[in-house]
Amino acid sequence: MPDLRLRSIVKKYGKLKAVDNLSLDVREGELLTLLGPSGCGKTTTLRSVSGFVTLTSGDIYIGERKITDIAPEKRGIGLVFQNYALWPHMTVFQNLAFGLQIKKLPSDQIKKKVEQGLALVKLEGLESRYPRQLSGGQQQRVALVRALVLEPDILLLDEPLSNLDAILREQMRFEIAQIHKESKVTTIYVTHDQTEAMVISDRIAVLESGRIVQLGKPAEVYSRPANRFVAGFMGTTSFIHGRVKEIRGKLAVVAVNKGIMITGRNNSLETGQEVDVAVRPENIRFLWEGGQSNDSKKNTYEVRVTRAAYVGELIDYQLDLAGSLIRGKGEVQKKLAPGDKITITLDPEQISILKG
Amino acid sequence: MFTKRFWIISCEIILLLLVFLIIVGPMISIFIWSVAIRWYWPNTLPQEIGLDYWLQALGLQKSLAIGAVSIVPAFVLSITIAVIVVAICMVLAIPAGYALAKYKIPFGPAILFLFLMPNAFPQQPIFINLLGLFTKIGLAGTVQGVILVHILVGLVFGVWITSATFKSIPVYLEEAARSVGAGRIKAFFRITLPLAAPGLLASAVFVFITSLDEFTGTFFIGLPFINTLPMALYSSSGYNMQFASVIAIILLIPSLGFMILIQKVLKAEYVGGMG
Repeated sequence: MPDLRLRSIVKKYGKLKAVDNLSLDVREGELLTLLGPSGCGKTTTLRSVSGFVTLTSGDIYIGERKITDIAPEKRGIGLVFQNYALWPHMTVFQNLAFGLQIKKLPSDQIKKKVEQGLALVKLEGLESRYPRQLSGGQQQRVALVRALVLEPDILLLDEPLSNLDAILREQMRFEIAQIHKESKVTTIYVTHDQTEAMVISDRIAVLESGRIVQLGKPAEVYSRPANRFVAGFMGTTSFIHGRVKEIRGKLAVVAVNKGIMITGRNNSLETGQEVDVAVRPENIRFLWEGGQSNDSKKNTYEVRVTRAAYVGELIDYQLDLAGSLIRGKGEVQKKLAPGDKITITLDPEQISILKG
Repeated sequence: MFTKRFWIISCEIILLLLVFLIIVGPMISIFIWSVAIRWYWPNTLPQEIGLDYWLQALGLQKSLAIGAVSIVPAFVLSITIAVIVVAICMVLAIPAGYALAKYKIPFGPAILFLFLMPNAFPQQPIFINLLGLFTKIGLAGTVQGVILVHILVGLVFGVWITSATFKSIPVYLEEAARSVGAGRIKAFFRITLPLAAPGLLASAVFVFITSLDEFTGTFFIGLPFINTLPMALYSSSGYNMQFASVIAIILLIPSLGFMILIQKVLKAEYVGGMG
């Protein structure tokens, strides 16, 4: 399996730069996710790889082969669309066989490949159905097989699960990850769903305004967001604005309002810089025993509950920390009501401090 | 006693009967006329009926009545012209409709509007001017001239319906075909064209019926040499109601047949994609 390299690609629509000098190496057999909100350029990037968007500048390589100016049908790239894009006038078999027939494979081999493909997604026996007779999940599985039976060099998936309902979506995430593990095809996966990206990816590239703002393993991107945009996009993140007061090696102390200090990871900061402290619910530990009071040195603070919502497996809190509202999660067994006070502690190792 | 449901159903029945009367009433009238040999006031129904006029119209029986001519040649001519007009219109309309639907063409909506023009103005002034032009270049009074006029009138259905049809077919279906290795042409013929077929058929039927029924243009450009069915109907209607009725019924047959065909093949989604 070859790798895929994007070299300083730019796509302009009039004055708007949809993709802005983006370079990216997708390694052999890797599943890389382009993650970002709508309009961040992830789909344009994907479509320039598939060949349906002509680049303003830059080059794309599959292995050593430059494909920038090659027609989409000659790139050897498999595509899975958000709307499945199965051909409604063809049966499942005809949908899967179409590409193989263009390759002029003998019909017994086509039959075998289609059967194998359907077995891969556990849809044996549906060959003679029409797409409209299949459920959304089945259609998306067929669409995935249609791309895979051709054994493409590169597989591109454009928000393949966003038209499915929540339960099916979660199930399909694992299925796609599993199929990718088996087929080992170099894959770009586009999504705006960070959980999906976390589950499925070997690496995640977070895009903002046509640029990659962070590239790394899912856990890395999640726990060490490069900037406020990434932190806000991954997970439930509350920000507390402040100014760096002191650098202590790997840690930094930030003065937020009302004389409160929060210690977090030093992210090549300088004293006096304006920053945002990113606090996620899982960084907050409730000290139920009590007896501890505000102590900035220990990252321990007394907070007031301003909102509490029971969401089944946990209680979703809004907490007032010296005038800043942060989101927290608590066990269902120990319920706090709005107005209650509780002491919390933040692990400095897990707190990101991000430049404005 | 009388529930709300009763009144609603009664209203529906009355409405249906009215619609039936409006649509079918004239047809019944021309059908009766076509078999009426003697029908004078104050009789409600003809005094004498028979198939004489049908046989005369079809050239199976000689007739001396004014306005009575065999309509077989006119019928053959009309069908021939309609078939040629459909063929040319579709050859023009399919690429034009596809291009207008799928590509960003400068002044695309304006071009679409242009095709509407011959039908948007009173036709007489257009065709009188066209007659002057056609006389100069020797097309007046020829079948070619009439075919050109029919194309002019019919192309609006051709281009509008085909472009709406192509617009209703999502672009990603063709892209999916290209992603599995089909070139542009193969993707068009294997994916887009089969999906567009019902819409294209509908557009061809509209063009066919337009050509078959076309009157004004044929009148100015074709007469007196080109005698299509509507011309024959016109010539006989002033003198011979029975003959006119026979022709009218014959003109109705292809239209009715095609309407049934369209209804069977045409899906609502294609109509939905129009405009």
